[in-house]
Amino acid sequence: MSESSLPKDPGAAAADAPVVEVAEAAAAKLADREPILQVRNLVKHFPLTQGIVVKRQIGAVKAVDGVSFDLHAGETLGIVGESGCGKSTVAKLLMSLEQATAGEVFYKGQDITKLSGRALKAVRRNIQMVFQDPYTSLNPRMTVGDIIGEPFDIHPEVAPKGDRRKRVEELLDVVGLNPEYINRYPHQFSGGQRQRIGIARGLALNPEIIICDEPVSALDVSVQAQVINLMEKLQDEFNLSYIFIAHDLSIVRHISDRVGVMYLGKMAEIGTDAEIYEHPTHPYTQALLSAVPVPDPEAREHRERIILSGDVPSPANPPSGCRFRTRCWKAEARCAEEEPLLAIPTRFAEVDTPARHESACHFAEEKDVVGAA
Amino acid sequence: MTVIDDISDVPAPDAPLAPLLEVRDLHVEFHTRDGVAKAVNGVNYSVNAGETLAVLGESGSGKSVSAQAVMGILDMPPARIPKGEILFQGRDMLKMSGEERRKIRGRKIAMIFQDALSSLNPVLSVGYQLGEMYRVHQGLSRKDAKAKAIELMDRVRIPAAKERVGDYPHQFSGGMRQRIMIAMALALEPELIIADEPTTALDVTVQAQVMDLLAELQREYNMGLILITHDLGVVADVADKIAVMYAGRIVEDAPVHDIYAKPAHPYTKGLLQSIPRLDQKGQELYAIKGLPPNLTRIPSGCAFNPRCPMAQDVCRTDVPALHPVGTARGSACHFWKETLGE
Ligand SMILES: Nc1ncnc2c1ncn2[C@@H]1O[C@H](COP(=O)(O)OP(=O)(O)OP(=O)(O)O)[C@@H](O)[C@H]1O
Ligand SMILES: Nc1ncnc2c1ncn2[C@@H]1O[C@H](COP(=O)(O)OP(=O)(O)O)[C@@H](O)[C@H]1O
Ligand code: SF4
Ligand code: SF4
Ligand SMILES: [Mg+2]
Ligand SMILES: [Mg+2]
Repeated sequence: MSESSLPKDPGAAAADAPVVEVAEAAAAKLADREPILQVRNLVKHFPLTQGIVVKRQIGAVKAVDGVSFDLHAGETLGIVGESGCGKSTVAKLLMSLEQATAGEVFYKGQDITKLSGRALKAVRRNIQMVFQDPYTSLNPRMTVGDIIGEPFDIHPEVAPKGDRRKRVEELLDVVGLNPEYINRYPHQFSGGQRQRIGIARGLALNPEIIICDEPVSALDVSVQAQVINLMEKLQDEFNLSYIFIAHDLSIVRHISDRVGVMYLGKMAEIGTDAEIYEHPTHPYTQALLSAVPVPDPEAREHRERIILSGDVPSPANPPSGCRFRTRCWKAEARCAEEEPLLAIPTRFAEVDTPARHESACHFAEEKDVVGAA
Repeated sequence: MTVIDDISDVPAPDAPLAPLLEVRDLHVEFHTRDGVAKAVNGVNYSVNAGETLAVLGESGSGKSVSAQAVMGILDMPPARIPKGEILFQGRDMLKMSGEERRKIRGRKIAMIFQDALSSLNPVLSVGYQLGEMYRVHQGLSRKDAKAKAIELMDRVRIPAAKERVGDYPHQFSGGMRQRIMIAMALALEPELIIADEPTTALDVTVQAQVMDLLAELQREYNMGLILITHDLGVVADVADKIAVMYAGRIVEDAPVHDIYAKPAHPYTKGLLQSIPRLDQKGQELYAIKGLPPNLTRIPSGCAFNPRCPMAQDVCRTDVPALHPVGTARGSACHFWKETLGE
């Protein structure tokens, strides 16, 4: 994580020059490495049916509708976006918990959406998940030892029967829980401790990738920091790659090397954390960032807030062209006709600027929203 | 703390000198199988007309229970209020008859809950529920009440209010439902609104819409607002003053600018330090160690002492009083000076 430990000045103008270098350096480093996961045009449509006896399909919820991104080894990719935009569905597709409607997910070059049986099982070992809700994601009738050791039932090759208890105790220790708690039940733990149990379970099979769906959202502020620190420590220790889904944008920025912004089943913008937070070019990202309350009362008067009107449209019936156009203050006729593709906007293609990152908007341009803070 | 600061701020010329609402040394306990849970242990706060007080604290710190006590909607038993005063416009509501309190509730003090879906009746249309306020409290006819309901829905910016007045709660999005809750709270133009985590379940963009609306309406009607939240960002955006709760007590209260600039209590300080900052990227976040206490076994002395980096022996034996810090502030810490001074 050392490459991202460079201080970043939120002050807009003054920060311009150094940030270009930081973003450039980070991008260059990432490009050098072969991605561990390549997601291409991933689609998940849930059929909407009518009729009880004879089911007719009357449409589809387009939960994920053509999402592409890369994940590199040792990297954290943050995914943000409003409720219902498809974040958890992406997570489930990557975990093969849902069958993709279309698209590919290449894990080390192999398309896992086409795998089944033994081959799928082997890949699954390397991609694990930590869920949002530490209160409901653990089986209340199983002991902590059984919960953490359960993945070994499916993959006995990782920890032979005789070694399991020792391995579980090690895992408890790794996540900062007392190994003596091995026979306790989930209800005997606090929310933060339960989330540690979930993380220990995620680590059990020595995965390379951990997908974290809102791992700290249910936790208190004072406990969130403990869990985030633990996750960063484990990432360094085991060279893990994270996909980190969350709605707290400041936490996502803290932990992520790159960030993708989703809207209504599509990726609106993706780039390094500095590119997205300091140089967003997509109107939705700009609105999202401007809506985040800043924990500094002095900032109140100086902030420009973009208050979006209306609600997110239904994913069963998304707007034509650009999906954001019904709430976008910049929308023009072209936005209804032509879908903007996720790409580096042509106007920035030849320019050396942090605005040069992928953004799905016909009129992508910078607007300093966070710099105001 | 019963500081009536900024009386000059109160615009109504006939406003009484007493605060709109003043809570004094409020205690609430629950009798459970595990023992007595002391959910609220001496809470003091006050709010004036037109003013926003934020009550900040982690889950279980007693924010909702104290608000429910003010609202008079606690189930007693299991709850009990062994001690305290809740003065609304100078009169102690705890000494009022049930009838008198009911009159205040809804008309003078209204509450907005975190979870709009479960606080709206799922089998009644939104228009009917809004209209009910007028039929029951003001004796309006069905037709007039419906017209009022549409007006209110317009007021909280529900698009196509006329067409949607007959829709049921589940047909609205989360943000719209929360706006309908606000509409319901506003119906009788109360003098005080208590909003218990009104945006916690919402996305930031919708949260911004809802908070914006709430602030605008508050200004327009010059209402007092008690905003209960655990979000330090929301507090910084809207509050005039803050009361920080920990284990059922107010551990620090202060005007909003003071507390962010210089917290006078180690807990507040820890909370502010644990917010991820830009210049700390790649470094460990500051984390308050340990966990919030079990309310049936609150630590002796200062309840924060097992987690406090500044704790001394005295903290384990003596409960710190809410020491005045300057004029309009207080800190319940033996070492508030040292905390401020660092
Ligand atoms: N099994 C399903 N059947 C039908 N629709 C579904 C199903 N699962 C998800 N959806 C729909 O797909 C869309 C995306 O859902 P998803 O859970 O991925 O959202 P999300 O971005 O994770 O939201 P949140 O922030 O609320 O967790 C939503 O409209 C949701 O209602
Ligand atoms: N009906 C009840 N019976 C027993 N304990 C309760 C009851 N309602 C609330 N409590 C307890 O009171 C404490 C404070 O709760 P609450 O005010 O809801 O916290 P918060 O600050 O999260 O709003 C918690 O420990 C809670 O478990
Ligand atoms: S393509 Fe058009 S509608 Fe979409 S974000 Fe850009 S300007 Fe707005
Ligand atoms: S009284 Fe002692 S333990 Fe409590 S907050 Fe102050 S220094 Fe910490
Ligand atoms: Mg989700
Ligand atoms: Mg509460």
